[in-house]
Amino acid sequence: MTPVPSSLFPYLLRLADDRLVLGHRLSEWCGHGPILEEDIALANVSLDLIGEATLLLKRAGEVEGRGRNEDALAYFRDSADYRNALMVELPKGDFGFTIVRQLFFSLFSLLQMDALTKSSDADLAGIAAKAVKESRYHVRHSAEWVVTLGDGTEESHARTQRAVDELWRYTGELFMADAIDREMSDAGLGVNPETLAERWNAEVGKTLERATLTIPKVGYMQRGGREGKHTEHLGHMLAEMQIVARSHPGASW
Amino acid sequence: MTHQAPHPTTSSDDPDRVAAFEARIARGESIEPKDWMPERYRKQLTRMMSQHAHSEIVGMLPEGNWITRAPNLRRKMALIAKVQDEAGHGLYIYCGTETLGVDRHELVQQLLNGTAKYSSIFNYPTLTWADIGCIGWFVDGAAIVNQTMLAKASYGPYARAMVRICKEENFHKRQGYEIMATLAAGTTEQRAMAQDAVNRWWWPSLMMFGPPDSESSNSDELLRWRVKKKGNDELRQRFVNLTVPQATAINVVLPDPDLKYDEASENWKFGAIDWDEFWRVVKGDGPCNRERLAARNKAHDDGEWVRVAAAAHAAKRKPSASEAA
Amino acid sequence: MTKPPDEASGPPADSQWPLWEVFLQPPKGEAHEHAGSVHAVSAEHALQNARDVYARRGEAVSIWVVPSAEITASTPEDMGPFFDPGNDKPYRHPQFYKVPRGVRVF
Repeated sequence: MTPVPSSLFPYLLRLADDRLVLGHRLSEWCGHGPILEEDIALANVSLDLIGEATLLLKRAGEVEGRGRNEDALAYFRDSADYRNALMVELPKGDFGFTIVRQLFFSLFSLLQMDALTKSSDADLAGIAAKAVKESRYHVRHSAEWVVTLGDGTEESHARTQRAVDELWRYTGELFMADAIDREMSDAGLGVNPETLAERWNAEVGKTLERATLTIPKVGYMQRGGREGKHTEHLGHMLAEMQIVARSHPGASW
Repeated sequence: MTHQAPHPTTSSDDPDRVAAFEARIARGESIEPKDWMPERYRKQLTRMMSQHAHSEIVGMLPEGNWITRAPNLRRKMALIAKVQDEAGHGLYIYCGTETLGVDRHELVQQLLNGTAKYSSIFNYPTLTWADIGCIGWFVDGAAIVNQTMLAKASYGPYARAMVRICKEENFHKRQGYEIMATLAAGTTEQRAMAQDAVNRWWWPSLMMFGPPDSESSNSDELLRWRVKKKGNDELRQRFVNLTVPQATAINVVLPDPDLKYDEASENWKFGAIDWDEFWRVVKGDGPCNRERLAARNKAHDDGEWVRVAAAAHAAKRKPSASEAA
Repeated sequence: MTKPPDEASGPPADSQWPLWEVFLQPPKGEAHEHAGSVHAVSAEHALQNARDVYARRGEAVSIWVVPSAEITASTPEDMGPFFDPGNDKPYRHPQFYKVPRGVRVF
């Protein structure tokens, strides 16, 4: 049996943490959405993402081989050990911010997961097949909203443009590759995110144009999440997320 | 005429028509939106259904309070799904209410400006993870006792919404009790957490069934119109009878020193409810009344620009509204 | 941003959006059945909302949405003669014709 590359574990954490953190941010809307139908819609996206994260963390724990299951990984890692991209840990902001971020991430996820359906790791390929279907729906939902808000009222246009302006500097990180990505892609296990950038930019460009929104000029793309160098936001988020589990170590729920 | 247009009625309803209407109900027929109905029936149903819908929506808040702190991934997802279901239940019932000739916008306004009532149980705070278990076990448990009755309500849209809701409740029912059972069999701290939650939620849950029949004003009419089939006291007793053995099974103590099984009636007799507390909470001085309304108002206000933008965008698209987006 | 059709009217008043009726087709080849309503601003929006509200547990293979205002409904009086057992014109309903045995019914 071929030995599993040591980079598979951190690679899986990146995939999982992106979805767990974003799913958690979305869940903060429950009961506070702009209208009942949207409370339900956002909860669906949140559940899809946390579900994907759970499967990915489970697989990651198996690969690591030190007896950590999905809950141990989710609730007992500090922010320095989280491997999500910075974009997903930012506070949820207003509805415009949430939905623009959702568009950016879902499109990335769709392209990434589509490629991963061909992963030589059978479990990852299986998870990816499910995630592709879910991401496709997430793109449809968030794109519809970005166009609606971008081309709605003056206020919605201003708010949505502001969201694009604030988020754009975090989008570059999604497509940055390092040694882990290259090793994964060489082994046929993972996908090099650089290969997704062109298609992503084309699709996002089309949607933003339909939404009458412009893409800001960004000099430096923020980064660091993949090495555990996060914004100040993640610490607060994890403190809240992990408090009950950490207050009762070893307990079952 | 669309199904939304209310059927014209005279201001003082014709007694023959009322008699025929009540005979239909007595025969077990379903009253549908386009059927003639006494104005009072329309009013009572609108009040009952909208109150029920408001309760589902406000109920999202005490449980939603623990979504971000749920202690494992499975519980986290289950809680999000449960709160999402509550939004859905509110939605089904609001839509059912709209068939009586009122727009959801008006119903939402009534909740937000404090003129509409909702179940007072949701004016209590959720202070620990165990409260989530208790709400599922007691509050959903109490709701189910009510709901099975409502699935056969005389008003068609209400009954059908309730059937859909009852199907989804199965998942909620187990969840809360399972959480409590796990805590009660857990660490010392978890057992204390569970018992503390039970101590705080038991009496308010009994109050959910409303004041004693002797003091309940709306009941007779609602019983005759088959919108309510049993009195408050009977339903409350049924809930107690179901729940006492469940508490025993998981080793938690219900905070009632007067709880005692009566062989003759086969009922668990229970102690005196503090009706002063009940009325205080109903009238607005519960621990969280103001917070619940403030949260709903904030969500509504924060969301206004979104709702308005969606309508504006659709208006721009109107000429080609029939084309796919 | 594109110009709205009538700039003078300004943004629309806040509302809970128009009402749409939802019809779901269950998986086993049965007809679409009325499931309830949703609020939405467009057909695409209504379809997505309907799926999220009524079909997230996979209960449907097909969803139809229609603006409630587009539905024309009968009144109970229209349906009366066919359902009233005291009806004094039973010959309107084919059920009241006796069909000889062996004769195929169309």
